[in-house]
Amino acid sequence: MEQDGTNPTDKPRRGAPLWAQLLIWAGLLALLVVLGLGLFRAQHPILSVGSKVPDFALKLFDGYPYQGANQVSLAALRGKVVVVNFWASWCVTCADESPVMESAWNYYQPDGQVVFLVVDYTDVDAKALQFLTTYHLTYPNGPDLGTRITPIFNRNIAMPETYIVDQQGILRAEQIGPFQSLADIRSAIDPLINGK
Amino acid sequence: MLAQFGFGILIITFLLALFSAGAAISGYFLKSDRWVESSRRALQLTFVLISLSALSLIYMLATGHFEVEYVFSVTSRDMPLYLKITALWGGQAGSLILWSWLMSAFATAVTFRKWDRDREFLPWVVVVTAITLAFFLSLSVFFENPFARLWQTFNGQVAPSMFAPAGSTLYIPSDGQGLNELLRHPGMVFHPPMLYLGFVGFVIPYAFAIAALVTGRTDDRWVRITRRWTLVAWLFLSIGLVLGMLWAYDVLGWGGYWSWDPVEIAALMPWLAGTPFLHSIIIQEKRGMLKQWNMLLIILTYSLVIFGTFLTRSGVLSSVHAFSESAFGPMFFVFIGITFILSIALLIHRWSDLRAEGEMKSLLSREALFLLNNLLFIGILIVCFWGVVFPLISEVVTGQQLTVGPPFYERATGPLWAALLVLMGIAPLSAWGYSTLKTIGRTAWKPSIPTILVPVVLFVFDVRNWIALLGFTLVAWVIFITLYEYWRGIRARQKSQGENFFAALFRLTARNRRRYGGYIIHISIVVMALGIIGIGNFQTQTQQTLAVGQQMQISGYTLRYDSLAQFPYVDGRQVTRAVLSVFKDGKLLGEVHPRYDVYPDGQPVTVPGIRSTLGNDLYVVLVNWENVSVEQTPFKVYDNPLVNWLWIGSVILLLGTLVAAWPEKEEIGSEK
Amino acid sequence: MKLKNFVQLAFCSLIITLSFLSASAVSAQQPTPSDDEVNAIARQLFCPICQNTPLDVCPTQACHDWRELIRQMLAEGKTPDQIKQYFVDHYGARVLSEPPQTGLNWLVYIVPPVAFLLGVFLLFRAFRAWKRKPNEPVPEVAGGPASDEKDEYVSRLEEELRKRK
Repeated sequence: MEQDGTNPTDKPRRGAPLWAQLLIWAGLLALLVVLGLGLFRAQHPILSVGSKVPDFALKLFDGYPYQGANQVSLAALRGKVVVVNFWASWCVTCADESPVMESAWNYYQPDGQVVFLVVDYTDVDAKALQFLTTYHLTYPNGPDLGTRITPIFNRNIAMPETYIVDQQGILRAEQIGPFQSLADIRSAIDPLINGK
Repeated sequence: MLAQFGFGILIITFLLALFSAGAAISGYFLKSDRWVESSRRALQLTFVLISLSALSLIYMLATGHFEVEYVFSVTSRDMPLYLKITALWGGQAGSLILWSWLMSAFATAVTFRKWDRDREFLPWVVVVTAITLAFFLSLSVFFENPFARLWQTFNGQVAPSMFAPAGSTLYIPSDGQGLNELLRHPGMVFHPPMLYLGFVGFVIPYAFAIAALVTGRTDDRWVRITRRWTLVAWLFLSIGLVLGMLWAYDVLGWGGYWSWDPVEIAALMPWLAGTPFLHSIIIQEKRGMLKQWNMLLIILTYSLVIFGTFLTRSGVLSSVHAFSESAFGPMFFVFIGITFILSIALLIHRWSDLRAEGEMKSLLSREALFLLNNLLFIGILIVCFWGVVFPLISEVVTGQQLTVGPPFYERATGPLWAALLVLMGIAPLSAWGYSTLKTIGRTAWKPSIPTILVPVVLFVFDVRNWIALLGFTLVAWVIFITLYEYWRGIRARQKSQGENFFAALFRLTARNRRRYGGYIIHISIVVMALGIIGIGNFQTQTQQTLAVGQQMQISGYTLRYDSLAQFPYVDGRQVTRAVLSVFKDGKLLGEVHPRYDVYPDGQPVTVPGIRSTLGNDLYVVLVNWENVSVEQTPFKVYDNPLVNWLWIGSVILLLGTLVAAWPEKEEIGSEK
Repeated sequence: MKLKNFVQLAFCSLIITLSFLSASAVSAQQPTPSDDEVNAIARQLFCPICQNTPLDVCPTQACHDWRELIRQMLAEGKTPDQIKQYFVDHYGARVLSEPPQTGLNWLVYIVPPVAFLLGVFLLFRAFRAWKRKPNEPVPEVAGGPASDEKDEYVSRLEEELRKRK
């Protein structure tokens, strides 16, 4: 393939300057790494059933506290089952789901073993509070300030979505779309309380 | 039946493309002309086969074979025939078929040229085009099969598959979902094919470049051969981009033509690498320089084509324009990695064979200015690339999602575009090899005189925006200089050949097609710049809610709201149409009819009412996302000055490229 | 009426009247911000949930709610910067049309100019290198004299062919 007539025993031809080569290869490697990671993130869910849920703090709406506090962190709830539900006032199916959620909260709250942490995703506070009042909802509820909590669970969220975290902070179940009935929710939560 | 036929042919085409590449490689190493010839014919055959496959898909689209999942997803009974056919590229799977079809067409066209002087290039050109073709075909065969059909299992679930899953029957829906209504527009007919032609076209010069690197024939032979191919690819890409802008302007209702969306940028980036390439290969031809740089540029262009296609289809980027996410991301990733690594390795291997023959004696010589042009374009490319990739990096490293939007791009690239405008003015005046400020000044002072009048006149007419003043002055300067160059050439011919003006003009252009065609293209670019500066710096907008009879004002215009009509249309959409009368200084100028249609599936499409003149567009939108009634109708009105020069300029661009690319009589037979 | 009762009555009336006055003053304080004023701010923000859609043209119900929120905040007298900060606090930095200039984000603004300057630098180096005559041996080149001759011959041939073009 060599056509320039160089005698192979001559000193090696000077190729591109070394610094240029290093620069190009380093740049290419960096780009491929970034692309690969981006692709990986796009195709694989960040959190899957069985993995530990990173800690987060949820600031609650006025009037919807948990045990008197208006801020809750997931880590503080170790030892209890946590139901993390995402909704927004402009999400029509969330309206359908909310009575179910409310009845489930009424069912589980007295026992204290199950905590509902409901996250309002990119919403206008006034509208959210209006929604809560309209549907007579009482569970702990707060806005996802800075949209920091939602990306932990799903980068392309389509509400409503619910994630059930067990007493050790492991994600045990995820429900994309609304729960249709109290029985549905109970079938997801009860095994965690009883089975332990 | 037809679906299985189409898919079967597709598989054969894929295998044939692989065979073609393999045969070409064998032919090269075994030094066997027979194998090389076989690879060439195999490549030609792929075009026949993929045409069969694509045509069978088109037939099923046109006749409503809704059991085929792709047909179901992009067509419906209420769509007109032409839209059903162009729905071929309405979705991911079909558009990949179009990509492969066009790639095969270009590859086949290349195989038909006269190869006598360049036999050693042939195998490698075949290899590169065949492997690119095989890659895209593999995406269709293994990931996004347009021929998959819908099957219903015994428990009622319907799922697509190529072959019947056990215990299921063919499911034939009575009607399709239909193409997204935003895509039912003439823009959809032309924009994707033009864009793909541009992308695919740039594979040819890349193939020749690789052939040159592998065979060691690193002189400028490959550049001469691909000169016209590059120009044609560039034309298609430019037209494709402009059509995209026109379509967005017409359909989105945002009052603008470009929003620096990542998908738009992904299509722009190959253009940003291809345009400097177009210029610097001229340097290689004329002066034997920049061989390494040209190799790098064409490798970059090809990689950006693949990269851009990857970005828009893999789900890595989120955008209004992006296709739905697909599973073939990793395949693309590997292909990009391998082709880029191999190309760069080849280039480094041949680095010292690509030493320059000439020397750059003067900083203002034409080759130096071309280099500056390259620097500026690559600068813009880096800004665009970094702006697209940075949000990805940020998310991977910090988890935080960010937007890099228009302010970033406009601020960073604005000065670079302006510098390019300046260059477009100076470059025709500078000579190959040697130029100084004096030599350039000697030619430049005459057209510069009328140029001085421009900012003065603008200033008198109350234009105070310094960006606009600078921009318009530069535009005028380039036009005056370019026309002056024409004038000088015509005068010279008139004096020496005794021709009249028009004969001289014609012969001048005909004898120097590339140069004078290039001048026309430059004029077209600055005309487009006129439109861009106008709408970019002087757009005004207002939004008001009116009752029938009320008026609103914008930029000296008065719009009177005359009437509102709501009625169903033949194809089932509910149309809401308003009529407004446009007045200026009390005089009635005309009417505009903004409307929005709501399709049976609930999708709204806003159709702006536009009153176009050379001076501006009055762009009126019925704001359908607020409540609309006769008493309360919200309107959003944009005044877009000079925007139509953007479209006019693109027509001139087409003409200029035709002139530049028109084959010379003596060349037919020797070049192609 | 006894003096004490009178004073009490007068005092209450005064309080009530003052309250009414101040209430009406408050409500007359700001006219409802126009669509244009809302859009001027919305244009600088991106819709938190749509993809790359500016807030002033986004057609969804949620965006409508956000524009009304901007209108309300303008009526309360908030400045554009305060409104933008509110959106960032509530929805994250991605609602801004460019990354805020904090932390890692400085990279997005630094890299292009640095790369461009690097290009300028390389270009100057290349110009200087080219100003040397092409036959002057560049010190690092290590090809044998045979290859140089061949290259010269090849380039002469190419020059010939070029002339015949």
